[in-house]
Amino acid sequence: MSAVSNRTRSAPMPGWLKNWLMIAPLLLLLVGFLVYPVGKLLSLSFVDAEGFSLAAYKQLFASDLYLRVLWITLKISLITTLLSVALAYPVAYLISTASPRMKGRLIFLVLLSFWTSFLVRAFAWVVILGRNGVVNQFLLSIGVIDRPANLIYSLGAVLVGMVHAMLPLAVMTMLAVMENIDRNLPRAASTLGARPGAAFWTIYFPLSMPGVAAAAIMVFVTAIGFFIVPALLGSRFETMITQLIIDQVQQTLNWGLAGAISVLLLVVVLIVFILYDRVFGFATLTGESPAGTTNRDTAARRAGAKILTMVGDASDGLIGLFPGSGKSTDAGKTPWPLTVFVWTILVLISVPAFLMVPISFSQAGLNWPPSGFTTEWYAQMWNTPVWTQALWRSLTVALGTGILSMLIGVPAAFLLARANIRGKAALLAFVLSPIVAPRIIIAVGLFYVFAELNLVGTSLGLIIGHTVVCVPYVVMTMVAVLRNYDTRLDLAAQSLGASPAKSLYYVTFPILAAGMFSAFLFAFATSFDELTIALFSSGGLSATLPKQFWDEVTLQVSPVIAAVSTCLLVFISVLIFTADRMRQRSLAR
Amino acid sequence: MSSSSLTVQKLSKRYGDFVALAETDLVVAEGEFLTLLGPSGSGKTTLLSLVAGLARPDGGAVLIGSDDVTYSAPHLRDIGVVFQNYALFPHMTILENIAFPLKMRKIEAGEARRRAQEALEMIRLPHIAQRYPKELSGGQQQRVALARCMVYRPSIILMDEPLGALDKKLREHMQLEIKRIHRELGATIIYVTHDQEEAMTMSDRICLMNSGRIEQLGTPGDLYFRPETLFVADFLGESNLLPAKVEAVEGGEISVAIGAKGIKGRALADGRLAPGAAVHIMIRPQNLSIAPAGEVDGAKLQATVTDVMVTGSLTKVYMKAAEEELPDLVAAFPTRASGETFRMGDRVALAWHGTDAVAIPESARN
Repeated sequence: MSAVSNRTRSAPMPGWLKNWLMIAPLLLLLVGFLVYPVGKLLSLSFVDAEGFSLAAYKQLFASDLYLRVLWITLKISLITTLLSVALAYPVAYLISTASPRMKGRLIFLVLLSFWTSFLVRAFAWVVILGRNGVVNQFLLSIGVIDRPANLIYSLGAVLVGMVHAMLPLAVMTMLAVMENIDRNLPRAASTLGARPGAAFWTIYFPLSMPGVAAAAIMVFVTAIGFFIVPALLGSRFETMITQLIIDQVQQTLNWGLAGAISVLLLVVVLIVFILYDRVFGFATLTGESPAGTTNRDTAARRAGAKILTMVGDASDGLIGLFPGSGKSTDAGKTPWPLTVFVWTILVLISVPAFLMVPISFSQAGLNWPPSGFTTEWYAQMWNTPVWTQALWRSLTVALGTGILSMLIGVPAAFLLARANIRGKAALLAFVLSPIVAPRIIIAVGLFYVFAELNLVGTSLGLIIGHTVVCVPYVVMTMVAVLRNYDTRLDLAAQSLGASPAKSLYYVTFPILAAGMFSAFLFAFATSFDELTIALFSSGGLSATLPKQFWDEVTLQVSPVIAAVSTCLLVFISVLIFTADRMRQRSLAR
Repeated sequence: MSSSSLTVQKLSKRYGDFVALAETDLVVAEGEFLTLLGPSGSGKTTLLSLVAGLARPDGGAVLIGSDDVTYSAPHLRDIGVVFQNYALFPHMTILENIAFPLKMRKIEAGEARRRAQEALEMIRLPHIAQRYPKELSGGQQQRVALARCMVYRPSIILMDEPLGALDKKLREHMQLEIKRIHRELGATIIYVTHDQEEAMTMSDRICLMNSGRIEQLGTPGDLYFRPETLFVADFLGESNLLPAKVEAVEGGEISVAIGAKGIKGRALADGRLAPGAAVHIMIRPQNLSIAPAGEVDGAKLQATVTDVMVTGSLTKVYMKAAEEELPDLVAAFPTRASGETFRMGDRVALAWHGTDAVAIPESARN
């Protein structure tokens, strides 16, 4: 009776120890390579050669330069957020109401842009808005202008690039909430006598608000730490605060001032988050409905309801101006202006990156329109060792990051999704903090710590750094996957004689395989596209692909970049396509 | 109460190649309680959606009273719909939910509150006005959904499996509740369910649907005792269906020869049958008298007991007929206090009255 002896031999591990073992690697990683480096960087702002000093802050506030840059940063981020959310809302709405097949295609389009490197997309705008770019050539050819206009290196160009970069994030964040809104509710409203405008504004819109809020904060926090777009598309009047930190570290090696600017940036982000938590609660960020936080009857709520009722009446009045509309059963269908608008947005967010394809084969270089056919740029890319080395380095680092993130993140996700432990919300907030903390602060802090540990320029250093920022995505994805998993299947397997380990191997993992694979891909792709950490920690000689891309783009704009962009685009498309297939196969089961 | 009749003329709907509803005619009288009954995919929810205006028909017409509303938007139809999952607005209090249809009709806020509070009293939940839907139990949510639908006195109320998510006891309680409200308001109600017991106990008439068509329309008694097709006989309650041939027709009764051996019997039939026609004889389990073999006079069938089930008030005996080609049989009788019953393997004899057997023509669809 081996089963019996087995049972007596292995004394059950105490629950707290098991829980601790599941989360410990993640906590150690975050303490060692997030809390310590960031803390170190911040503390550097309070010391100079002699010890404690506020010299860095004196320098920070000595002129209005830094506050002005902070103001510009906030202004650009805020406008970007407003535009992104406003444009993404109809897109997410249309996707959430589309038929399953159409939905799959639309999401694919959004995901493709979402995963296409920020660098590629920003570079595409350089080509589009440049002196000999697409827009200028078009305007010249139709005779609107007789000389190329200065479109690039302006606030407008920065905003276009920023909104373009953030739209997919906003769509995906809102979609997560809209997907969970019961489609019957607006229909119920219409059977109760609500006209289409009233049904939308008083029922659907308030229910989608958590999604709008989540999208707004995600976009705002990402935008505030952004430097690719303002560096490539902006003039010195659009310098953002992250660029100042990079300059302090890379050019003047003024760690104290870099730390002080980081403190400034961090304080702003913290204020934004505290406000968000007060109003909406963090739970909405992970897609959980804020249980227990019942919205009591407040004056603000009533005022909101009143305004929405008025907006609803107004839009119904507008609809009523068009004879016949809104009175037939077709009223439930998507109105065609909305469909046209959404497709325009979708085309606009996909097209820039695809422009790289014809340009990469053009003999005219980066000039528009492309002419002739050549593979010269690809040959140049292939024959330049820095590019091939960068490619290998990126693949190695991304693979290492994917594996390490899974090893650390999956057990933690199991714990967070299933165990009932105290302080779970705080733990979740801590685990997700690498996403919301400005990436630049993590990157600079890591650079400092890696320098102490001699990890600068090593693959190991990059893998550790990337794992810090990728692991939260793995945890989030896996928690969502596990929430949909019926744990009774494990109990069934165990009641049928499987040990916990065997039921994990034969039942749990096979069912979760697709979800785990997409979590891995998420980590892989994030690492593959990561620039900020690589910018510092990859050292001068062992650049990753994004770092190499960045160095090239900031020094000279060459058609080889278009060839590299095309390769990245194809690579990402294949990745998403594979992930999508995996997901569909798991759904079909 | 402004209740209205409903007329459906040649209404049809397809989704691609799938015929969700074949051309259908139906008239529901003012104040009637009509149930759409049928298995899933039979078209009952499609018919309901077309009447509610939540889907657009491919052809035909829907009239409420004498108004043609075939292509009108839902909010212009003056109907009420109780959804399967209740569809209460999660961001509004119960009172706001119930007042919503009044607000949409531009009824002054104070008046709307007063009427919503009245509706809450009608469903006997006056104390929950300020709560939110997720704070209520399933049964309470169900009653709020009813109140929200009744508060503006729509001329027709449509209910889509409103009790599907409730447990058996609560469901029975709610059935009585809905009947009470129906009586008090005199509303015209169209009720969708796949639960035949629910349909039998609640309806004035049942419209039994199958593969996008009306299979039979009539009172619960009509459908139960005079099924027109095998499908109806099979769907409503248990029944024994014996293949037979008509030998003679005498008014409302016929004599038949059952099975290959031609066992003689009598059955009720409508006038359409002619001698020689193939029919099925339907006998309900409780009309089949069962006795140990050789103890009954006029026994018609011999069988062997394969299973015995005591379901509480009734004892059911499952049997295999001695004649190979006949289907398995079931008989039911009130459970005896002594607990005395049959055992597996017992040989039994079966008999029935000619007035308890109903002939169903073979030619009918199915």
